[in-house]
Amino acid sequence: MEAVSHTEVVSHTASPPELLRVRDLTVEYRTDSGTAVAVEGLSFDVAEGQTLGIVGESGSGKSAASMAIMGLLPRSARVTGSIRFRGRELLSLADSELREIRGRRIAVIFQDALAALNPMMTVGAQIAEAVRVHDPSTSRASLVERATELLDVVGIPSPATRLGQYPHEFSGGMRQRVMIAMGIANEPDILIADEPTTALDVTVQAQVLDVIRRVQERTRTSVMLITHDLGVVAGLADRVMVMYAGRKVEEGPVEPVFYEPSHPYTRGLLAALPRIDRRTARLTQIPGRPPQPGERPAGCPFQPRCPHAEPAVCGDAGTVPVAVADSHSTACVRVHEIGGDR
Amino acid sequence: MSVQRAPVGPVAETASARRDLSGRRIVAKRFLRHRLAAAGTVALLALATCCFGASWIAPYPRNAQDLLTGARQPSIAHWLGTDDLGRDYLSEVLYAGQVSLSIGLCVAVLSTALGTLVGAIAGFTGGWAEEVIMRVTDLFLIVPGIAVLALALEGLGPSPVTIVLVLTGLGWTVIARVVRSQVISLREKEFVEAARVIGASGVRIITRHLLPNLVGVIAVNMSLAVAGAIILESTLSFLGFGIQPPQSSWGNLLTQAASLVGTPKAYLLYAPGAAILLTVLAVNFVGDGLRDAFDPQGRK
Amino acid sequence: MKAPVVNAQAVDGPAVEASGLVAEYRIRRRPGQGRATVQAVSGVDFSIGRGRTLGLVGETGCGKSTLGRCLVGLVTPVAGRVTLDGTDAAAAGRGARTRLRRQVQLVFQDPYSSLNPRMSVGAILAEPLRIHGLHSGRRDTRVRELLELVGLDPDHTGRFPHQFSGGQRQRIGIARALAVEPRILVLDEPVSALDVSVQAGVVNLLEDLQEEFALTYLFIAHDLSVVRQISDDVAVMYLGRIVEHAPADRLYTFPYHPYTQALLSAVPIPDPRAERARKRIVLLGDAPSPLVPPSGCRFRTRCWKAQQICALEAPALADMGGGHLAACHFPETRVVT
Repeated sequence: MEAVSHTEVVSHTASPPELLRVRDLTVEYRTDSGTAVAVEGLSFDVAEGQTLGIVGESGSGKSAASMAIMGLLPRSARVTGSIRFRGRELLSLADSELREIRGRRIAVIFQDALAALNPMMTVGAQIAEAVRVHDPSTSRASLVERATELLDVVGIPSPATRLGQYPHEFSGGMRQRVMIAMGIANEPDILIADEPTTALDVTVQAQVLDVIRRVQERTRTSVMLITHDLGVVAGLADRVMVMYAGRKVEEGPVEPVFYEPSHPYTRGLLAALPRIDRRTARLTQIPGRPPQPGERPAGCPFQPRCPHAEPAVCGDAGTVPVAVADSHSTACVRVHEIGGDR
Repeated sequence: MSVQRAPVGPVAETASARRDLSGRRIVAKRFLRHRLAAAGTVALLALATCCFGASWIAPYPRNAQDLLTGARQPSIAHWLGTDDLGRDYLSEVLYAGQVSLSIGLCVAVLSTALGTLVGAIAGFTGGWAEEVIMRVTDLFLIVPGIAVLALALEGLGPSPVTIVLVLTGLGWTVIARVVRSQVISLREKEFVEAARVIGASGVRIITRHLLPNLVGVIAVNMSLAVAGAIILESTLSFLGFGIQPPQSSWGNLLTQAASLVGTPKAYLLYAPGAAILLTVLAVNFVGDGLRDAFDPQGRK
Repeated sequence: MKAPVVNAQAVDGPAVEASGLVAEYRIRRRPGQGRATVQAVSGVDFSIGRGRTLGLVGETGCGKSTLGRCLVGLVTPVAGRVTLDGTDAAAAGRGARTRLRRQVQLVFQDPYSSLNPRMSVGAILAEPLRIHGLHSGRRDTRVRELLELVGLDPDHTGRFPHQFSGGQRQRIGIARALAVEPRILVLDEPVSALDVSVQAGVVNLLEDLQEEFALTYLFIAHDLSVVRQISDDVAVMYLGRIVEHAPADRLYTFPYHPYTQALLSAVPIPDPRAERARKRIVLLGDAPSPLVPPSGCRFRTRCWKAQQICALEAPALADMGGGHLAACHFPETRVVT
């Protein structure tokens, strides 16, 4: 792994101080048929106390990017670029230093809570372990107290008795709450939630999102919410980053991105979405399908499906973000030409 | 009213704008690309040709004794030397291979056929039939195989036919279990339900939808069974319950040479031992190759 | 709104009618405890008019898939009747039943496991034709027509399922169901495994096919937004029973049953201002186990309106006006979306 150093520009703007600064992050996998690029030249920041929603379809690289931040990618992955957390370069840290940060300063909640919990350990023991790994001196009594408190925070009824139970005795929604409890056990600075509600029924999803919202208000932790569900992002995120084929196509505060989307893909996605609050005569479909990692076109990756594509311009345009408004950028070179055409 | 349809582009033409091959040819192509499997096939074919063509290929006729010569180290005249009775050892090993290979193949074919049939029935029907069949296979698992074999061969006499029957009787349970578990997991797959909904009969579902998906597993198990049977036969012969002289197999050649470890005549151990090793390895590579070749998602 | 359907074969009565339908399945409990019977569908009545779409929504384990499987004959109901085009499916003779089976086809959720990986697309689509003796002599042509019908390249008959993407595989599944020229399609979560940008295409295709062939749909899904888009009527299921059934726009705008209200309020809207302004009804706890459903109204354990009567008496579906049926002792409409 190599880290590209970037000159730090210390600026005192009104925006909240940034906690995580990702620059030119590229994740490649070596496969039998060559190299597959999962994430390409990704740059973004997460500010203190902020919720960043990362939206994309399967294969967009949203999960690979978060796993790179956690240092949890398999060995076959090659990660380049820079991930700075509170000014420290995570990509050049040794495993032991990374472990210190992972779980303590940066925690993650996975989609599949059943697979992420050890079936042979009580829930209490697993939460206690999450605390003890980073603070071995904690006494048994205070561990139990802390675990009970955490279960209470995530809204699990009668937490004291639930501590002694095993994961299979919990329902899907309750297990996801346990995951959240373990995630916030060490009061992390960033909580990465990777599709936290995708496996859940909608009424249970509402409960879990409610828990994430309450926990966030209480602890002021930053949240990176990775999801394919634009509705979830609309309700929870401060900023949104839309990813397509391993790249960032649009990023900005949640309202401008939803109400004035500037990238054709974001627009297409919003138009393709059926809505519960109204019925459209016919859904607008995006022709074709997202490219596989090996078959991405040169230049803008969305170009083959884009209604506004100009092969001459988009073919070698790359994906340099263009600012469309204050802290709202888009990776479309033709954004100004297609501006009003929505 | 005219209906608009968005053409949906094909996916897989990246570099592979090849014409659509028939399933069988794809399997053959993939198999041959598996280098070890190809080498294993060549080795097996060569071995089988030499053994079964021994009457033409072997340098000396079978059992041609030359007591005056006695045991001799390998030489130009006798590539693998001669045994105590002065017989050309290369010829002996080739003739013995006829018995070993036949036993291996017959046991593999018979036990695979029986096991697949029983396992497929158990898995597909479920219910009490499955219970009965699986309890019987459990029973076979806890029986000490060697003891049963020894007893059966004592009772029936150690002819190649009885050895094949007894080894098959013990061997089918392994494949039956594998096939059953595979059928059970396939039975739940939606494409089997889909076949039901379009009106396919039970026979059609088994032959068109279940068995083709088991070909890889069956092929692998069959190759393992060949190797297993050859080794078991050798073990039996080694213990004195297998093929009896004057008939010979690789196993009983080993037995006869067993006492020669550490003597100048130890060379008599190597040839049958190497033949067994070569066959078993080759058969296992072929099995690996078959498994990969029959995997439809296999690498192109 | 859908254009009125002109069907030459149209006779009186609905295309599908179910009454008092009960379906069970047996599960193995822990070793030694024997088997238990779960009633997945507990007395369900509904009908779907010709050429119309009934959306069936509910959460995991509510019995919506089992109900769909009763219609296609994969599950045999233990009580009640399914009538297809006026003919009782169970009472029909052998020949008539085969013909009825052809009338109803199923499209599966998982585009990966619903296609046999060892059969080429051509073989997958030719199989139903062969079984029912259709188009003999021109089967290859018919297979190509089917592929074209669902928006795929007719030259791809020699390809295998893994060479297609999820959306394309789902189209193959739809083509297979259409091969026997059915009048009714049961669509079991047909788009929930697909990405949003691909999902819209499949939804549009389903709408086009319905119009072209006057098909009747039972559209089963947990995604209430997709259901609103495609359905004429919507039925909401909870623990084996239909709790509300109404024309789609009415159900989404004026839900009567507390469960429907909670369900609708839980669906996130991709509109930040609207989403943040909503009052969400967050239900307490999880759905009870279908092994031991609550007495009376099955929703009462999570309902904020529950009274004593709810535990004693199961509410029947009652007309709230305009064909809007709800099964609640204290029905009251409330705007939640």
